[in-house]
This record gives sequence, structure tokens and C-alpha cells, in this order.
Amino acid sequence: MNVSQLAEKLGLEIYGGAKGLDQEITGGYTSDLLSDVMGHARAGSIWITLQTHKNVMAIASLKELAAVVIVKGYLPEEDMLEQSNIEGIPVLGTHEEAFEISGKTYKLLHKK
Amino acid sequence: MHFEFKVEGGNFSRAGFPSSEVKKRLKQLNVDGSVIKRTVVALYEAEVNIVAHAYSGVISVDIDAGKIIITLADEGPGIPDIRKAMEIGYSTATPEVREMGFGAGMGLSNMNSNADKLEITSEVGKGTTVVITNYFHE
Repeated sequence: MNVSQLAEKLGLEIYGGAKGLDQEITGGYTSDLLSDVMGHARAGSIWITLQTHKNVMAIASLKELAAVVIVKGYLPEEDMLEQSNIEGIPVLGTHEEAFEISGKTYKLLHKK
Repeated sequence: MHFEFKVEGGNFSRAGFPSSEVKKRLKQLNVDGSVIKRTVVALYEAEVNIVAHAYSGVISVDIDAGKIIITLADEGPGIPDIRKAMEIGYSTATPEVREMGFGAGMGLSNMNSNADKLEITSEVGKGTTVVITNYFHE
């Protein structure tokens, strides 16, 4: 499943990084601690978080993540969006909490 | 190959630039992907430590056919007890830094597990020097 298919199925907002919407998703990681993601997220994952600042994109890029999903209706800061467009890594959003959206994503990614 | 980056304490908006540049260079040199991944994690964590704790720093990168050596030298408060600082969960980060999701006490342990060799020397009141060495072949 690619980023744009996931966004459509879960009704996610697309804030930026549209160039990366075709990126294939191979897993997910849910965390708000940047070093936790740095140490443990795998390339190709979507990252579910409530962090909304530019450093999120630095980590997403270095770890080659597929996309970032911001939870609880929080909006990405302007420089985060800028970086998302530069890197071509989509920033998506949902009003749901991390638990709900992680569960739904997990189910979709593991459906046969 | 030798190149350097200056790091400004407190300026998170530029954090990640040196790691991203090093990643590009290593890719151009066809270094094994897993070595690049580990190097970038160790370097990013070390860089963020300078931004979060020190006043300024210089990152020097040396690459030869078999290895990359990254030296991060900062002017800052120094680390009184390096062994304690290495413990997972131990952190002296400010509340502001923690709110951003940094400063959870995982950085040094990430550096340790992603560097083939990690050397830390520090003088309280002066600064800290971190040397990360990663080899391209086993």
C-alpha cells in the first residue's frame, strides 16, 4: 500500500510533501520521542506522532520513512511543512488519537 | 576526504544538516547501506547533544577507503559523570528541549549501539569531544 492509498482509506489530511505520495509503506512506528524513532523506526515506515516541528522531518529523511502522520488535529509548523516539500516526504494529519490511528493503520497493513 | 561543519548551540532549526550531508557523501562512495544508516544515527544524536547542551561546536569528518571518523568537539558545560550520562533514561535536558521530544536519555545509547567505536572525553566547564568511528567492511 502506498501513502496516498493509506491517506484515502483513513481519511487523512495531506498537508505537504505530495511528491512522496507514491512511496510504498512497509510498516509503522508510533512515538513522540525523537531518539526512540531514530534508534528503532525502520525505513519505509509511517511515523505516527504529535510532534509538529521541523526536526521531525530531519529524522524522517535520515531514516527514510515513508510519511509522518500528525495526530489529534495538531497542525505542522510552517518550517516543518517547508521541509516536507523539500524532502518529498508527506506530512498527513488526523483528528484521531495515536492509539486509534495506529490500530487502523496496523490492520490495513496486515490485511491479506 | 575531509570536511567540517559548525554547530550553533540552541539552534535546532539547522540540526540534521551535517548528518544529511554525510549521508549523501557516503552514498556517492557506495558505502554499504547499513553502515550509512548506523553512521547517520550516531552523528545525528551527537549533533543534537551539542545543540541541546553546548554553546558551539565543530564537526570534523574524515573518510578513507575503509572507515569514517567523525570528531565532534564542543565548547560547553562538559559532562561530570560520563558513565551516568550513558545510562538509558538519564538526561539533563531542559523542559523546552524535552517538549520537542528530545532529551529522553536515549541519545548516548543510540550512539553507542550505532558506532563501531565511540570515545567521549569531557572537561567540566570547558567542553566535550566525541569521536565516532565506523568501518565500511567487517
